[in-house]
Amino acid sequence: MAVLHSAPKFAANDGVQETLAAAMGSMLLDARETHGEISFTVKRDSIEDVLRLLRDDHAYQQLMEIAGVDFPGREERFEVVYMLLSVTKNHRVMVKVSASEDTPVPTVTTLWPNAGWLEREVFDMYGVLFDGNTDLRRILTDYGFEGHPFRKDFPLTGYTELRYSEDEKRVVYEPVKLAQDLRQFDFMSPWEGADYVLPGDEKADTPPVDEPKTTESPKQTGAGAKADAKAAEKVSDGAPDKEKGGKAANPPEPTEDRPAKKARKGKTTDTKAATKPKGGAK
Amino acid sequence: MGVQLEESPTTGDEVISNYTINFGPQHPAAHGVLRMVMELDGEIIERIDPHVGLLHRGTEKLIEHKTYLQALPYFDRLDYCSPLCQEHSYVLAIEKMLNVEVPERAQYLRVLFAELTRICNHMLNIGAHVMDVGAMTPNLWVFELREDCMNFFERASGARMHAAWFRPGGVHQDVPLKLLTDIGDWVDGRLPELFGDAMSLVLDNRIFKQRNVDIAHVGKEDALAWGFSGPMIRAAGIPWDLRKSQPYDVYDRMDFEIPVGTNSDCYDRFVVRVKEVYESAKIIKQCLAEMPEGPICSDDRKVSPPKRGEMKQSMEALIHHFKLYTEGFHVPAGEVYVATESPKGEFGVYLVSDGSNKPYRCKIRPTAFSHLQAMDFMSKGHMLPDATAILGAIDVVFGECDR
Repeated sequence: MAVLHSAPKFAANDGVQETLAAAMGSMLLDARETHGEISFTVKRDSIEDVLRLLRDDHAYQQLMEIAGVDFPGREERFEVVYMLLSVTKNHRVMVKVSASEDTPVPTVTTLWPNAGWLEREVFDMYGVLFDGNTDLRRILTDYGFEGHPFRKDFPLTGYTELRYSEDEKRVVYEPVKLAQDLRQFDFMSPWEGADYVLPGDEKADTPPVDEPKTTESPKQTGAGAKADAKAAEKVSDGAPDKEKGGKAANPPEPTEDRPAKKARKGKTTDTKAATKPKGGAK
Repeated sequence: MGVQLEESPTTGDEVISNYTINFGPQHPAAHGVLRMVMELDGEIIERIDPHVGLLHRGTEKLIEHKTYLQALPYFDRLDYCSPLCQEHSYVLAIEKMLNVEVPERAQYLRVLFAELTRICNHMLNIGAHVMDVGAMTPNLWVFELREDCMNFFERASGARMHAAWFRPGGVHQDVPLKLLTDIGDWVDGRLPELFGDAMSLVLDNRIFKQRNVDIAHVGKEDALAWGFSGPMIRAAGIPWDLRKSQPYDVYDRMDFEIPVGTNSDCYDRFVVRVKEVYESAKIIKQCLAEMPEGPICSDDRKVSPPKRGEMKQSMEALIHHFKLYTEGFHVPAGEVYVATESPKGEFGVYLVSDGSNKPYRCKIRPTAFSHLQAMDFMSKGHMLPDATAILGAIDVVFGECDR
């Protein structure tokens, strides 16, 4: 396929895949080239040897990134992807291993010192263990966080939320409470994907009935008897009965006691002397 | 302070133990929320354990729940000092998977604004770095220039910082001619004047050199092993710049130099950034001179939406617009790792698609992660106040480091 895009162009892949595959020998499980990028899947236990081989014999000097990916459907659900860069050959390759929750991946901190944090991040986010990493602490999540948030079965909202409590004068952790449901719009066309249930979908599977339902008499409609004159009767207490010449209901009693104001003492109010400015103001 | 005397009347021996302090998480020189647990022997740094993640927002997880286009603005919010450069990696990754052709004008516009972003970013870093080691004035001057860049972004995209202007297939909207001429005037006039003035105060300044020269020397081998990139690796004397070695968009047509350091210390990192500003200005001038007229986004209607005017006339355009902004486009299954030269170094996006309209996984390779990890290695044996200089020379922004 002709390359139309303008993404970064590095050195040509010609023959690189074959050369490296041959060098990896039995450690290699799969090699492929997609979108002009070469990726190798190797045996988990030999990842350190493979990367050492690539670094020392094939001049991939830099480990740029370690990415975790979660595929819950697979037997070994996690994929750990190492991005290597050769600054002398101007070339990139990806090396992948798969792992599950309880199968540790050998560490590559022995090869690159910056693998330490990258492995810590994959551990923190996915729970992949790295055998030999002496400092496998959490890195991005909160102190005391539980769980591995980037797993596909971890909810987007998480399980706990925190706020500052004025009563306790500290930050408190509470289970997540959403004022409204988390809105997840799926605009996938109904002809592809769309495995959600719409209201009314359950009717699609209802088997056809032998005897169709009919309404021949008013009784069969399920409605009650007709409304009659009884409905016009005034039931409410306060309603004025016009026929008997009744009045409108009294206003409601005040809801609280308000003592009446006492009359003011003295007679100065409203006299001329009271309203005249004092001190001979002009 | 820092020395603990143990009262021992029998022997008279003094036991001196190391002193552990917290640097941050709220410290003006930490450039964000960084907590560093420092073990000090007097004023000498013995060990640094940076605690990152205080700004972790789970961006990568959020992206998995958005369509490709909806996920784009998250990239502005990673490194909020160089927003457009990060969009660049992401849109290139999508385009690589879709194999979409981007019109020439859009490529020029992207390069132009990526370089403006680089200047904008370096202005912040250069200003912050000199302020971390005690100079106030240059920071205020270069912030003027940063403000100019922001105004240019606003005139192009409507937003000063979070532009969301690069789109898969091109850019969102065309820019007015007046904006381009204004950028040209700015690059010719105000930028070199103001920046030159500010740098004349710093580059030969005795105090600035005392604080930076020979601080945190990193050899070539170490720079490679620690996964350095960007100005950090160039200061170590390795002329590695993705714009040159792995060109994207129209960088292969641009004529610019890669400044490299000789001594690989904080001063070199600073000077590399200063020189890069002038190189970026050169690229901007070339872009302005060579930019052709033409469309600014792909005409593939399954990727980029039609113009609004067209939408009012054509039913098909209306349908395309509706589908692109609700369902979004589908990206064929596969995976790519695309890295571009952001102002801080290699900013990479590892995108895994399962063929749907949302990324299955989007791993972001931050530049600061590797650099900050080497903090312990770089600071060992230096004095406590050097830590701020080293940190300033790394150019770390936590929105990106913690994601």
